[in-house]
Amino acid sequence: MNFVLSILFSGFAVVLVVLIPWVGVWAFDLRFFFGVIVPYLAMATFFIGIVVRVIDWGRSPVPFRIPTTAGQEWSFPWIKRNPIDNPKGTGGVIVRMIFEVLLFRSLFRNTSLEYRNADGGLRVNYEWEKWLWLAALVFHWSFLVIFLRHFRFFLEPVPAFVTLLENLDGFLQMGVLPLNGLGIPDVYITDLLLLAAVTYLFLRRLYLPQMRYISLPADYFPLFLILALGLSGVLMRYFIRVDITAVKELAIGLFKFSPKVPEGIGVIFYIHLFIISVLIAYFPFSKLMHFAGVFLSPTRNLSNNNRYVRHVNPWNYPVATHTYEEYEDEFREHMIEVGLPVEKGIEPEAKAEEAEKE
Amino acid sequence: MADTPKPDELSKVDHTPPLFKGWMDTPVEIKPGIYCYGSKPKDLKYVDFPNPRDWSPVDDDWKLPENWEEIVHEGFKDRLDRFRSVKLFMDICVRCGACADKCHFFIGSGDPKNMPVLRAELIRSVYRKKFTTGGKLLGRFAGARELDEDVLKEWWYYLYQCTECRRCSLFCPYGIDTAEITIFGRELTNLLGLNTDWVAAPVANCYRTGNHLGIQPHAYKDMLEFFTDEIEDITGLRMDPDYNRKGAEILFITPSGDVFADPGTFTCMGYLMLFYYLKSLGLDITWSTYASEGGNFGFFTSHEMAKRLNAKMYAEAERLGVKWILGGECGHMWRVINQYMDTFNGPPDFLEEPVSPITGTKFENAKATKMTHIIEFTADLIRNNKLKLEPSRNDNLKVTFHDSCNPARGMGILEEPRYVIKNVCNNFYEMPPSTIREQTFCCGGGAGLNAGEDMELRMRGGLPRANAVKYVHEKYGVNMLACICAIDRAVFPDLMQYWVPEVEVTGVHEMVANALVFDGEKERTTNLRGEPLPGMEDEEDV
Ligand code: SF4
Ligand code: SF4
Repeated sequence: MNFVLSILFSGFAVVLVVLIPWVGVWAFDLRFFFGVIVPYLAMATFFIGIVVRVIDWGRSPVPFRIPTTAGQEWSFPWIKRNPIDNPKGTGGVIVRMIFEVLLFRSLFRNTSLEYRNADGGLRVNYEWEKWLWLAALVFHWSFLVIFLRHFRFFLEPVPAFVTLLENLDGFLQMGVLPLNGLGIPDVYITDLLLLAAVTYLFLRRLYLPQMRYISLPADYFPLFLILALGLSGVLMRYFIRVDITAVKELAIGLFKFSPKVPEGIGVIFYIHLFIISVLIAYFPFSKLMHFAGVFLSPTRNLSNNNRYVRHVNPWNYPVATHTYEEYEDEFREHMIEVGLPVEKGIEPEAKAEEAEKE
Repeated sequence: MADTPKPDELSKVDHTPPLFKGWMDTPVEIKPGIYCYGSKPKDLKYVDFPNPRDWSPVDDDWKLPENWEEIVHEGFKDRLDRFRSVKLFMDICVRCGACADKCHFFIGSGDPKNMPVLRAELIRSVYRKKFTTGGKLLGRFAGARELDEDVLKEWWYYLYQCTECRRCSLFCPYGIDTAEITIFGRELTNLLGLNTDWVAAPVANCYRTGNHLGIQPHAYKDMLEFFTDEIEDITGLRMDPDYNRKGAEILFITPSGDVFADPGTFTCMGYLMLFYYLKSLGLDITWSTYASEGGNFGFFTSHEMAKRLNAKMYAEAERLGVKWILGGECGHMWRVINQYMDTFNGPPDFLEEPVSPITGTKFENAKATKMTHIIEFTADLIRNNKLKLEPSRNDNLKVTFHDSCNPARGMGILEEPRYVIKNVCNNFYEMPPSTIREQTFCCGGGAGLNAGEDMELRMRGGLPRANAVKYVHEKYGVNMLACICAIDRAVFPDLMQYWVPEVEVTGVHEMVANALVFDGEKERTTNLRGEPLPGMEDEEDV
């Protein structure tokens, strides 16, 4: 398996994901199937899948408390400790997790190896590298905002926070006081950011030799899928307009569990809907579960308090040890000879034997 | 033993993996200089480990048990159920590559399978095949592959090229700790009798004699007595320690490496001198020949073996009736004590919360485990002005400090050693920030890789550390690399000799003892190494 095969395989899979609803709706008019059944199945898979997976992780205990400490521990009052990167209790852990989950703290540490062995001899540097962190942050946050913006389709009346988000997000179009808009019509900045970030994350895999080497089809597939999702969304919003009222009717119907499929929604919508359905159905079985996993990671979500708060291993079992008695039995004579204290003196018979030997 | 290439040869490292040939299609090639010899049957037998036999990693036939695949499968499954870390880390890696260039073995070797992510993928790929539907159905397209003998050999080769330093875990956005995967993977290899000689022999020794080097009690006493003689020559004072003494207040446990070989021996002399100094101030401490090992090579074997060896510490403390335990300078020893000991073998209800008998300071952060790090102990003494120090005695040294991986990333003991160093010597310089503290680079020989036959691997793995030392050597004239780890003291001399020969290696307590001014000592002319003290170069050796 090399990167060409990986990319072809995942690319092909995503093309299929696009073609299936296209053919299905356009040629066979399977609107109810793609508009109702598939989304329901996907949502069920998503929720049940995640719950099952998380419970499965949770079933395995955490036998040892093994945080990765990234700063000074708590010791003396006169030594400045790092309460976040080396937390001493739950408060610190919560802050650490917030930094990790919302701001990708660990990724922010990233450096890039610069290894040169030229005329001046060997030079090894660990250089500033925040692009991965930035792209990841932009990607995840844009995704979240776009997701929240979609609530305008599911909820009637549209909640205030959605409108607010839309306004902020659309500042390129309308401007946010005191700035004037750029006059670009009708563009959400998160749409652009998401597509840019996904593209960067893909190119990075392709361009950096080490990334190319470690990437699996399972890495390209979700990227392509999200790219396709974004592109179909952008197409629908900016180019091939669909009947928003009809879409909203369908969406609200789905959420109220009284699904109806109104006439007149373009194929592009069904493609978009199918892609998101595949994405969420794929979610629980894939690396995308990192979103839930990060909360459970024992190197991050535990305090470094082992020496003052005992951690119990639920499956701790007794083990065979070499006891002091066994040790002394083997070395007693030598110990006595050099004046090391012993528990038992040498037995008279043993002494007699000893004497005989001599 | 393979010849190690010269530094300028060895440092020609290419970090670009092959373009078209994927890693699954690249079979393992076990190279001399990189691998450690296989475990010997007598050592496995001594601790009742399976499949004891003579074998060599370069042989085609590893003499595996008949049903080895089943053993691995069962062992894998069992551990997935017992360790959330393993299960989670099998599932959530996104291959973002943030960890890839953080491993000293990748930096120094360029072998792509030494990227932490790939080291883990070697095992993950088999996990997918065995335990996930996607992997079963899609095979390679889901990144899954069958476990066969070649894959097993690949596992072994790369599991014993990881020093469990956790640098990768620092940078992973999900905290995936490849060390944890290595620990788990090594447990699996041990189910098949596939340990290395350099790990299995110390384990068996430690089980029997109480320490890795197999030093028997009378010899242990002899060795410390020899140090006492040396100290007497230098200071004019006789500083005999106590052994196995019941009723002492404190039990002292330190790695046996420092009893055995230079320059660790000077650190050991440092302990002896510090304890003697404190005796009149109320220190009541004993050494043990039974718990004569602080380190724990069992930890590089399996959790169970780690627990079996670690048990001696509490057992001996209970037998002697001490109040608490003081631990010497060591890296993995402190990972085990900090993150495992109480869980393994506690609670030690027979002990008391550690309190310094000299300063009265309560070591609150050790109130459950009841074991305090000597660097904490000494820092507290200095802070409370209990030591009369003459740092100028160390004026011939320009010192830099290496944070050992385990105290840094498995504990967070960063400031105390710096505080002590700055109080006992006048010239201290830090290495670049991306190579110290929590980002510290491994010595290249941790986790049982400090053998002789894998010298090339060690020189490669130690490259990033040595390079940073070289930097401060060239910039500030640093000539002494200080550390608080016995494995460091065993590993660094070779590494420095190879990369930066002008730099020597010391434990922090060696420098403490050099600076320590005793009542009634004769005028010291040499340091513990027998080298003239600054300003004493012309004095005649008395
Ligand atoms: S940093 Fe973590 S998620 Fe990224 S490749 Fe390494 S182990 Fe995987
Ligand atoms: S634990 Fe250390 S040696 Fe092992 S893979 Fe991670 S960085 Fe490399």
